[in-house]
Amino acid sequence: MLEQYIGAGIMLLVATAIACGMVLLTSILGPKHQFPDKMEPFECGESQLVSPRQRFSVKFYLVAVLFVLFDIEAVFFFPWAILFQRLGVFGLVEMFLFILILGVGLAYVWIRGGLDWE
Amino acid sequence: MEHIPSPTVDLVSLAPVLVLSVFAMMVLLVDLYVKRDKTLVIFISLVGLLMTAISAFAKFDLPVHSFNDSYVVDELSVFFIMIFTLSSALAILLSIDYNKREGIRMGEYYSLILLCTVGMILLASSTDMIMIFLGIEIVSICLYVLAGIRRSDPKSNEAALKYFLLGAFATGFLLYGMTLVYGATGTTKLGLIAELIREEQIASKPLMLMGIVLLIIGFGFKVASVPFHMWAPDVYHGAPTPVTAFMAVGPKAAAFAAFFRVFAEAMPVLSPSWESLLCIVAVLSMFIGNVGAIMQTNIKRLLAYSSVSHVGYILIAVIAKNSLGSSSLVFYMLAYAFMIFGAFGIVILIGRKENEMLEIADYSGLAYKHPLMAISMSVFLLSLGGMPPLAGFVAKFYIFSAAIKEGFVTLVVLAVLNSVISFYYYLKVIVYMYMKEPEGEFQISLAPMTVFVVVIAMVGTAGLGIFPDPILYFTQH
Repeated sequence: MLEQYIGAGIMLLVATAIACGMVLLTSILGPKHQFPDKMEPFECGESQLVSPRQRFSVKFYLVAVLFVLFDIEAVFFFPWAILFQRLGVFGLVEMFLFILILGVGLAYVWIRGGLDWE
Repeated sequence: MEHIPSPTVDLVSLAPVLVLSVFAMMVLLVDLYVKRDKTLVIFISLVGLLMTAISAFAKFDLPVHSFNDSYVVDELSVFFIMIFTLSSALAILLSIDYNKREGIRMGEYYSLILLCTVGMILLASSTDMIMIFLGIEIVSICLYVLAGIRRSDPKSNEAALKYFLLGAFATGFLLYGMTLVYGATGTTKLGLIAELIREEQIASKPLMLMGIVLLIIGFGFKVASVPFHMWAPDVYHGAPTPVTAFMAVGPKAAAFAAFFRVFAEAMPVLSPSWESLLCIVAVLSMFIGNVGAIMQTNIKRLLAYSSVSHVGYILIAVIAKNSLGSSSLVFYMLAYAFMIFGAFGIVILIGRKENEMLEIADYSGLAYKHPLMAISMSVFLLSLGGMPPLAGFVAKFYIFSAAIKEGFVTLVVLAVLNSVISFYYYLKVIVYMYMKEPEGEFQISLAPMTVFVVVIAMVGTAGLGIFPDPILYFTQH
């Protein structure tokens, strides 16, 4: 039973060897020229103007949370759409109830002003 | 194209959940159009809870199993629904004046309490571990928000964050325990698990035993038993007082209902492996809760530690696992609801806008200025301690007799000893009220709804203590 995994095992070993070997070879053979620009986190392009560790406006998080919520809705829709005919009327009604409940949530967010950016 | 068979849908037995969910959504939407005066929102919430309590009796010939054996309507769940609706209604009534005073104007508050109650009903009625997990999640998420609803108060924020982080961690343990039990038995249905573990081969699997330990950790956290109680004092202290009272009663009762279903109903065969563990947890909860309470100077923290010790007593009902155990569990939770809401009602009444008067020293000399209030507080505290003829005594008596019947004499002796210890700190508050000179001025405005709750709690505490028979009759039949 294990024989069928031999190929995968060899593949794994070779891949690991190549990856480790490359890192090892560059660290042995590569030129070691160090100067300030090279040690910066982003060596290419413009030097950075401000630190990337800033605070983000809380609005972004709100949008992210709402996105996740309604994204889950889509996740539920796909299997339902595929099995639509086999689920019959029961599935249709259930899905409408699900959308209704989500709709209440959307209405709440909308009227409360959760979607206003300003 | 054959149809996928739909599960055995029984909307009538699901009626309490449906009714309450609809009302919770209605509250959410109505609140969008009322600005300052929340009377309408509160009214709808209370009507919703009343309808839920009525709809719990929609089924006859109990128990009724539905949804492929993952939902059950039986005496236990109907009784628990009564306790949940009662505690949520009392919490909402307590909140009316408190929220006005403290400036909590969010209508979501009431909607969250209703949704939390939906979770509690699911928790007490589920016979499938996935449903139990979902119930716990619904309850917990609502409580995280409720604990932090005073957004501008750092204490409230601390409570919410601590509760959330530790709660999420504990939910992980619970879920992991469930997966291990599923790994051992191949099912999440409690009824099937009860049958499968009769076979020695499944019952002795290490997976099963590991699963049980993790389940105890998960549930132990949700009911705040030692050694998983560390969150309780901080969260109880930081949360708004009506929410604290609500947390100490409703969600705790719901977690105990699930605890009882998983351990006493589904796994009595395995009791040799979980009994001793639960005994240790129970004894530790009693001792550490009581000793911790002795050292507190803040009334909310004192009540939090005392609720940890009460968890120890209630666990004895789960350990007893007989029918007397389940009826004494229900009776205890009902009595506890009255005592806790009464005590927190007084705590709210004594506070005022700038100063919540939460130190025990603030109660000095209360008896001279407001004798009625001091008497009520004394009654609630003595009942919590277990003084006859109050509700707390009868409740403890039935739990202890259930345990004695199963032969847990040492456990009961330790529990009685602990009741004696607990009197020390309950009496300390009473000594402050009756035997010390008043330190500052009391500025008590008797908010009508809060007084109403205290009166209900008083009637319940005294009534259940003096005439326990009718309720006991119901719990046993």
